Amino acid sequence: YGLLDEITNSAEEGMSLTHCNHAAFAVRRFSLWASSFHGSLFPHLTLSSDEMVAEFSQMLDWSDSALRSFAWHPHTDKFAVALLDDSIKIYKSNSSPTPTLKHRCQRSVCALQWKPLCGSALAVACQSCLLIWHVDPASLSTRPSSGCAQVLSHPGHSPITSIAWSPTGSLLVSASPVDTSMMVWDVAAESAVPLQRVGGGGVTYLSWSPDGSRLLAATPSALFRVWETRMWTCERWPCLKGSCQSACWSPDGGCLLLSMQGERVIYALTFSDLTGINNTYSSPVTAFFLMKNHLKQLFCPPFFSGSSFVLRAGDSQADNHPSVIAVFKTRSSPVFELLPCGFVMGEAGAEPRFMQFHPHFQHGALLTVCWSDGRISHVPFYFSSAGLLGGDSPQQALASNTTNPSSNKLYTEQIS
Amino acid sequence: MFSLKQNCWFIRKVVIWRAVASIAWSVLLLPVTSAVFVLLSRFSLFHPIQWISECTSLLTASSTIFSLVVLCGVVLITGLFNLEFYTLVPSIPCSRMALLGTVLHPRQCVHSLVYCTMGMLVMWCASVTIGGRYSTLGIPCKQSESGEVVTCLNEYHLFLLLAGAFMGYSHSFLGVVKNMYYVSFQPIQQYKYPRFKGCLPMVVKCSVIQSLYSARNFAALYFFFGYVPKTWISSTLHLQIDSSLQPLDSLTGLLDFSLLYHLSISGTFLYFTWYLTVLLFRIYVTEAYSFPVQSTFTEDAEQCLPKVLAETNTLVMKFLALQDLALLSQHSLSRRLEVFSLSQPGGHPHNWNAISRECMSLLSELTQRLLAHQDAVASNGRVKSQSDVSETPRLSVPLRTPGSVFTSSVGGMHSALTAPFTPDVDSPFSSPAIRRLVGQQEPRSPWFGTVQSPHIMRRGPKLWSASTGETARLKLSYLHKIFSSNVQLPEASSQALFADSQAHIWALQGLSHLVAASFSEDQFGVVQTTLPSILSCLVVLLEAVDRHFKLPHASSKPVRTVCSMGDSTYKTLRFALRAALKTAIYKITTTFGEHLNAVNISTEHRKRLQQFLEFKE
Repeated sequence: YGLLDEITNSAEEGMSLTHCNHAAFAVRRFSLWASSFHGSLFPHLTLSSDEMVAEFSQMLDWSDSALRSFAWHPHTDKFAVALLDDSIKIYKSNSSPTPTLKHRCQRSVCALQWKPLCGSALAVACQSCLLIWHVDPASLSTRPSSGCAQVLSHPGHSPITSIAWSPTGSLLVSASPVDTSMMVWDVAAESAVPLQRVGGGGVTYLSWSPDGSRLLAATPSALFRVWETRMWTCERWPCLKGSCQSACWSPDGGCLLLSMQGERVIYALTFSDLTGINNTYSSPVTAFFLMKNHLKQLFCPPFFSGSSFVLRAGDSQADNHPSVIAVFKTRSSPVFELLPCGFVMGEAGAEPRFMQFHPHFQHGALLTVCWSDGRISHVPFYFSSAGLLGGDSPQQALASNTTNPSSNKLYTEQIS
Repeated sequence: MFSLKQNCWFIRKVVIWRAVASIAWSVLLLPVTSAVFVLLSRFSLFHPIQWISECTSLLTASSTIFSLVVLCGVVLITGLFNLEFYTLVPSIPCSRMALLGTVLHPRQCVHSLVYCTMGMLVMWCASVTIGGRYSTLGIPCKQSESGEVVTCLNEYHLFLLLAGAFMGYSHSFLGVVKNMYYVSFQPIQQYKYPRFKGCLPMVVKCSVIQSLYSARNFAALYFFFGYVPKTWISSTLHLQIDSSLQPLDSLTGLLDFSLLYHLSISGTFLYFTWYLTVLLFRIYVTEAYSFPVQSTFTEDAEQCLPKVLAETNTLVMKFLALQDLALLSQHSLSRRLEVFSLSQPGGHPHNWNAISRECMSLLSELTQRLLAHQDAVASNGRVKSQSDVSETPRLSVPLRTPGSVFTSSVGGMHSALTAPFTPDVDSPFSSPAIRRLVGQQEPRSPWFGTVQSPHIMRRGPKLWSASTGETARLKLSYLHKIFSSNVQLPEASSQALFADSQAHIWALQGLSHLVAASFSEDQFGVVQTTLPSILSCLVVLLEAVDRHFKLPHASSKPVRTVCSMGDSTYKTLRFALRAALKTAIYKITTTFGEHLNAVNISTEHRKRLQQFLEFKE
């Protein structure tokens, strides 16, 4: 409204443009009213860009966190970490050099994801654009040039807070809380197809089902959508209370677990058809679980790994209660079940900020947790049925420089 | 017009009907856009009630109905042109000269003429609708000396009509330059209505921008050359020029806000009508079509996927069949099972054999094409001696090259060496798709011309210098200087090589997903027998693609075009193909994992696949 302000002021300064003054004043009043109306409809639109990223990032306390984002490679022992200074480091299991990625567009990194079925491509959601890094795994360079990055941007589509590759690696979907349409990118061709649904006021979080047949899109309002990815139609799910914070799919794509803002329950949606061919209808909510009292807020998604685990972190605001990560076992047949399994705690004073399962850990499950003190620790779970002894203690650390495995206390029972 | 095309059942039963449906929708949408145009053209801020009432009375007036009928005719012709000219493989001129040849081609001239006429018709309708000072060509006026009333030329009306002709020509011109008739497929499937709704803002934006550009250019043109048509019209129709009015080809005459507003509004209306027709046609034609995998009746056999894939004459059917293959391989379990099934008497995997054979032949054809291009570039790279002039095998193939246009323009004295610029179906304007559609055997695939273009361009001067004297050489070096500085449009040859790669991308997706699905779904092991050949086919193609991207200009990214109706997807198809190829190999290697060691392939290929198994590509 700078121009309108200027007109109003200049008119007030004694110029005899009373008509202009009135008109400008009226227009300004109207636009202020319209924006405040819009803002009251969708409160998140009044946030600044950085605040919005902090609000909708999957990393808790994103703005003062030393680690901004984290992503395991879906097929190899390799992960990428975005740091506070907007650089990204890539760590591998062997002692090969750790490349550092920097780009002038790479600011306020909110999400990272490796492209499935590809060794090199890493998608980075930034404040103004989407970056696709092509980091040659065979290269020994520690500073890949910015020529290795593709910049994808679309007017009005920033900041980007969530990205999701399709499991086949052919499409990338990006979402921004200020844009009502999500973009489906054909990355190699650098072209995007916008998919617009006005209700909800934006898209904050995306999650693609592992079989590729469905895509969850959460909005800042109490509403989320489940798209089927064959003809790209969607089902609308108005939530009970608050917006959908995070979600995860069962490995077969038949079940979706969701956590809502301000609620201490996990919702589960089961989809009747697993192949996603003929049927687009799904059955309603089938299960929810109450948490213990001291877990005040859900903030991290429950994750599946393999077929046996769900984890969720609880953030304790109460005194004397450290933040813990709750571990659940899951079973998907004959009915979907969550069984409490144990808790994972960090060092004294450290709170979990982000966690992810290693996508293909051979001997069981490997949980990687980013802590508030900047550490990343790997917590392995060995399944006794897999032929190994059940172990509680973290035994191996892939990225030695950021890991302090011995510092974790793990109150978990033996896993069957 | 379409008599030749009707050979194929698919054109007859599907494509024609899709085109008809798209034209019908554009005609149905015409009253809506006309109403919006009427509202905007008569817009007055201070008398809203009068404005609305005027518009409603105008919308029911007989002149508006007549205008609508005329506009329907225009839309109909536009739709028929879309059907006639559309192409799935863009024709990419590899040099400025080739582009010039395309623009000056007779077929294109006819196209421009028709579009000029249609532009004038639409603008006539628009000027009648706007009314007021724009409505007729002749207006009564008083002569200044005698005071008697005579018919004068209404310059405002003429201005709008000429603007229509100008916009028609620029639409036709940009249609060639920006490949307006190229129809690309979206990376995702959507129903027609959501897709239309999603594209509509883009079309409105494009037509507004295009109209503003055209209005600016036309105003400038009219400022300089406006008197020519004005005097011509007034002399042929015996209309006086009213000297009391401000002439429009002056600065003060053109700086009329209302005139410019009406010009841009009518221009937007004009472009919107055409773009909408193009958009609807694209949406309808690219809609996925589900071919049956196998049929119980023998008379339907030619409509089944394996047969349709092998068809080469009807490009649109082949493309849709490949798209269908890619879709079924990802989304449809039951149809995949049909692909893997055995024939009932005999027990042969006919479906799988036909489909895999067709996909692999497509891919190996691309490999051959890439290798030929690399050889051509490599042999071009070194300095050639004069003796090379004698072996000119490719000069026998005349068309679409800078050389041919070049020689024809300076030819005459050396007619033996020059190839005549023959305007026929083999012309640059008619795309390979058209040529295939009219059932003519294509003399060469679309990439061929691009391969030869550097040859001929460099050889042309040598021919001259070898055979003629010093004067000719001077003349030639001059001409050469004009064109050679930017003769080869950068990366155009690379784009042309991959012009039809959408088909290859689908073949790769279909093949890789079917092979991956066969790991768990193939009961009889029909895929295993072809697995070695599929893998080596993919690896060989990967090597060729890798080598191609080492060539200069091959990996440079095209400049992104701002809002335009012309589709520029073809410019990035080579990157898409490379990504799809790697993804396809990864899909197979991650699915089969260590089992690949049991597959019988050569050691080099195994080494390459090992890289994929370790995710080092």
